[in-house]
Parts: sequence; C-alpha cells; structure tokens
Amino acid sequence: MLLEVRDLHVEFHTRDGVAKAVNGVNYSVDAGETLAVLGESGSGKSVTAQAVMGILDMPPGKITGGEILFQGQDLLTLKEDERRKIRGAKMAMIFQDALSSLNPVLSVGDQLGEMFEVHRGMSRKDARARAVELMDRVRIPAAKERVGQYPHQFSGGMRQRIMIAMALALEPELIIADEPTTALDVTVQAQVMDLLAELQRELDMGLILITHDLGVVADVADKIAVMYAGKIVEQAPVHEIYKAPAHPYTRGLLDSIPRLDQKGQELYAIKGLPPNLLAIPSGCSFNPRCPLARDRCRVDVPPLYEVTESPVPRTSACHYWKECLHG
Amino acid sequence: MAEPSKTNEAGAVSEAEAVAAIDAPIQRGEPILQVRNLQKHFPLTQGILFKKQVGAVKAVDGVSFDLYQGETLGIVGESGCGKSTVAKLLMNLERATAGEVFYKGQDITKLSGRALKAVRRNIQMVFQDPYTSLNPRMTVGDIIGETFDIHPEVAPKGDRRRKVQELLDVVGLNPEYINRYPHQFSGGQRQRIGIARGLALNPEIIICDEPVSALDVSVQAQVVNLMEKLQDEFNLSYIFIAHDLSIVRHISDRVGVMYLGKMAEIGTDVQIYDHPTHPYTQALLSAVPVPDPEARANRERIILTGDVPSPANPPSGCRFRTRCWKAQDKCATEVPVLAVPERFRGLDTPAAHQSACHFAEEKDVVHAS
Repeated sequence: MLLEVRDLHVEFHTRDGVAKAVNGVNYSVDAGETLAVLGESGSGKSVTAQAVMGILDMPPGKITGGEILFQGQDLLTLKEDERRKIRGAKMAMIFQDALSSLNPVLSVGDQLGEMFEVHRGMSRKDARARAVELMDRVRIPAAKERVGQYPHQFSGGMRQRIMIAMALALEPELIIADEPTTALDVTVQAQVMDLLAELQRELDMGLILITHDLGVVADVADKIAVMYAGKIVEQAPVHEIYKAPAHPYTRGLLDSIPRLDQKGQELYAIKGLPPNLLAIPSGCSFNPRCPLARDRCRVDVPPLYEVTESPVPRTSACHYWKECLHG
Repeated sequence: MAEPSKTNEAGAVSEAEAVAAIDAPIQRGEPILQVRNLQKHFPLTQGILFKKQVGAVKAVDGVSFDLYQGETLGIVGESGCGKSTVAKLLMNLERATAGEVFYKGQDITKLSGRALKAVRRNIQMVFQDPYTSLNPRMTVGDIIGETFDIHPEVAPKGDRRRKVQELLDVVGLNPEYINRYPHQFSGGQRQRIGIARGLALNPEIIICDEPVSALDVSVQAQVVNLMEKLQDEFNLSYIFIAHDLSIVRHISDRVGVMYLGKMAEIGTDVQIYDHPTHPYTQALLSAVPVPDPEARANRERIILTGDVPSPANPPSGCRFRTRCWKAQDKCATEVPVLAVPERFRGLDTPAAHQSACHFAEEKDVVHAS
C-alpha cells in the first residue's frame, strides 16, 4: 500500500473552543489508483490532506492521534527536515486556486526550475531547460517562449496546468489534488482532468482527488470515501456507490442532483445545515438531518460496518445501512 | 412575437406616462422583457494625463432575447462570456453602449429619474456570493428594510418591521432572527436573506446571477426548491444565470447559451439539451461530468482545445471558429446570425430553434441529465 491513513484525529484550538475537524479517518491509496474524497465544506477533507502533506498550520491545528503510513513509514514520527525531503519529491499537492498558489513576482520558469535547483541541485540553466520540458508535457503551447512569463499572463486553465507541472516535476509517487478544477469552466475542466488522468497512468501514481462534485468523481475515481463532520461515513468502489449507496448522507447527495425525470418537481433536499464543528451532534453526527434516524442514532456512535455483499471492501458508518442499501 | 410599442420614440413620452406604463399589470404568457441587439463595450484606455481610447472589451456584443411573464429563462456560458454583464444591463446598473431593453414597452436603457426607479422596483436581483452581497454591519432587518427607505410607497413606516418578518417567514427563516447580523447565518441562510431582499418590493422579474454556485451541494437543492416555490406563489419571471448546466435545466423553461458576448443558441430546455445544433452547445454539454460511472466508457466527449479568446479582440466572423472542429473559410468572414437554421426551417422538429451557426446540425451527445 502506497499510503495508509489510520485513525487520524485533528483539532483546531480557536477562541470559541476546540473544533474537531478530523475525527478518526481511515483511508488508503495504492500506486496507480484514484481515491476520491467527497465532502462539503467543513467536512475535513482538505485538513486530512494537509496533515498527510505535512502542511497543516500548527498551531492552531493539532494532530491528536493516528498514523499516516507512507510506503510503510509513519510520517508523523519524522522530523521536519526528513519530511521536507519527501514533500515535493515523493508526494505533491495541486491546489484549487492556481492564481493564489503561484508566486506573482516570479516567472513560471523560475518557479518550476526551483524544484530542480532545491531538490536535485541542478544549475539554473539546466533547471530552466527542465522547466520548458515540463511545460511541454502539460501541453502549454510555445513553452520555450512562455517560460519567462509571469502567472498573470496565463489563463486559468493554463495556470492550473502549471500547477500540475510543478506537482509532477520530481515524478512523485502520490499526488493530492484539492479541488483542482473547481475554479475552472467545464470545457477547461474536461481538458485538465484528462491531462491529469493521462499523466497518472503514465507515471503509475497514486492520486487522491478531493472534490465536492459527484460528476467529476464518477468520471475518474476508482474508489470513493465520503466525509461528513470529520469522519468517513462511507467507503466503496465507485460503481457500487452510485448504484446503491449504503449511507443516508451519500444517498441524499446523489438524490439532490437534478434528474431529467424530476423536471418540474421539487428537488430532493437534505434538510438542515452542515454541523458546527465546535458542537458535533452526539451519536451519529448526521442524525439531525437523517431520514432514517432513530433513538439509537442519537446515542450510539456507529462503527464502520462491513457491507458484506461486495467482494471489494466496502464500509458504511450507519446503524441502518441495510435499510439504506435496499431502500 | 409582439413588437415593442413605439411610444417612446425620441423620448416623446413624459416621465409620468412611463411610470404609469411600468406600473400597469401584465398577462401571463406575454413578453415582459424584450432585449434587442444589446451591446456593452468597456473602453480600454492608454495614457495617464491625456487618456485616449485604444480599443474596447466587447463584453456584450449584440444580444437579443425575450422574457415571458411567469417563465424562467436560463443563461449559461463560461466565465467571460458576458452573462453577468447582461444581468447588470437589464438592471441598468451599467449603461448599454447600444441596443434596447424594453420593459412593458419602455426602453429602460434610456430611462432616468422617477421612471428608472419604478423599473428597478419591478426588476430585482439576487447575487452570487451571499458572503459579500450583504453588509456585515447591518442587521437582517435593516438589510431587507432598506429597500423600503428607497421605495416608501411599498410599505408605510410603521408597518415595515412586520413586513420584513413576513418576508423572512416566506423564505423559510425564523422571523425572530430579524435583529441578527449576516455572520450569524450559514451560506444557505444568507442566500435566503438575499432572496428576501429581492422579494421585498413585490417585483415582477428577478435576475439571479449564479444564486446557488457558492453553496454546498446539500444546500443548493433547498434554495432551488425555494426559488421555484416563490415563482409559483408570486408569479415571478426569472432570468437564471449559472454555469451548472443540470441545475439550469431543472429550473428553466427556456435556455440561452452565450459565448464571447453573443448568444450562440436559444430554445426550450428540451431543444437545447436534447437537440443542440450549435457546436459550442454540444461541446459544453459533452464536457459536463455525468454523475454515473457506467457512462464513463460509452460517452463521446468533445474536448475543446485552447481557451476562450479575449473579448477585446474577438475572432472575425463566427467567434467560436477558433475552437470549432467544423470551422471553414465562410466562418471567418461571415458572422452567423441567430435564427432558425435554413435546413430546419418550417420543420416540426426540436432542432428547429434559433442557433447562430452556418453549419448547424444535430449531434448526439451524452449530456448532463
């Protein structure tokens, strides 16, 4: 297994109290595999990724428990200078907003070349040549002429390609893409997702795709982890989850997508609001919004039940997953 | 299609007449808004002391459509296509460079003073970002009640608090929250406040500029449902601007597709989504990720190359030709007009709707459901 996150807990200490952002997350990715982490804002999907990358702001953040095994090694026990060697070289991250993630006063060539200068000790000239190669690889036209240009001279889609180029520079084994296409238009989104998928195949990388878009997930993912209030509520291979979700939250998300046969009818809507992380409901954190909720759900924290009908591991954190699956 | 009345030729009508026309009721099914060849060019200038115009960003460049009473017209397109500028022009927040917007026969681009104020009471707007479109230092009661300061005829002073509470109730918020501030609400609740503000003056048209795109998936559906409910209840006409094609299809009666300041194709939701004839619409629909992994293998996707050209220097002829796989010499020289294509004219087929392409034809695309 390339990456294994085990029982990860992250808290933020704020003026108003302790916000429990991640409450025992388990997931894993293999080489060449795409794991989609699906969730709404505040579900903890980005915080988990930041903990894996080691770029969590601490304080106010604090990892209070768990392990992050990368190629069998627990990253949380490493010193910062050891982690820095892994970051960028073995695992890299693509952020949502390319414009604010790139340095506006450095040319893209300098920013791409920096990777090679710092991690590989190359000369400036060689690094520049590699930067042009990379830009070619992510299909930026006229890479040679554009290598000296600044981020503002590129369009949104081009900037996201540069982010991808930067992440791929040292041929990492794991890429974490945090909402990589959310800020892009659909036609450009299709281009960028295609490119990412192709490069992943070519380099046999593991990919963690963080998103809230059920359409993008269906297009590229092998398996899905659905997060709610800092927990994974359902984990399953992509085909099965869309056919028959085993958690009421997943079901609610799928049902709230407008469908053709519902034209003119009311859309299904999950009632209520996403939980406040300072005061997560007792028992199952989804219980105040859940159509299946009973007394037990308000007291008993549901464990991850094994949804056995499937040959590939599939789990659901709902006491009544059977009801959800069949109904 | 009824032609706009000519009463306002050369500004011949008095302000009082204009206000009277604007306040007159309108029947369901009649065009309430007629947009004709609307243009907005933003000047590009050079020099500091002596500014001279060196060009123009043609954000909206000749857009025409009708909005009927009680319907929802969806407008889709990528960023920079001019859809938000159209919204601002319809509100007269931006002055049009050329073209007309007829509201009940009055050209609102030429109105000012009392008549313009009367129009704005009847055309309201809901903005995209509920976090920045509400003043953080005003209570909800003040935000919604402020509209009555400008239009005191709608609610007399003593009655305002009750009226605001009524509005909160209508949009599904607790009327006791009237003294709270925007930061005490979630994103979905804030958008409800924005909608309540839009409703306050009993408008006939609400222009919604990306009203749900800043919201979480589970909350989007709630807001869309609310908007549909309000439309039925108050007989509203919506212009619904968004980039999420599946939501637009769900809510719209008719849909217009914009590209680089022009309307590429317009028709009913079935015509546009199931029988698109413009290559851009086809590409746009095929690029939308479908939430069904089974469809992954058996769908044909049209991946457009390149980016949208700059509206300061749009391509000659058809604006889509630089990214179009069907482009020929004719496309570079002749601007295609938005009309029912020759080959479909007079035929009883859903493909017979307005499309601005020289080579309009149907193509089977697996689209957003």
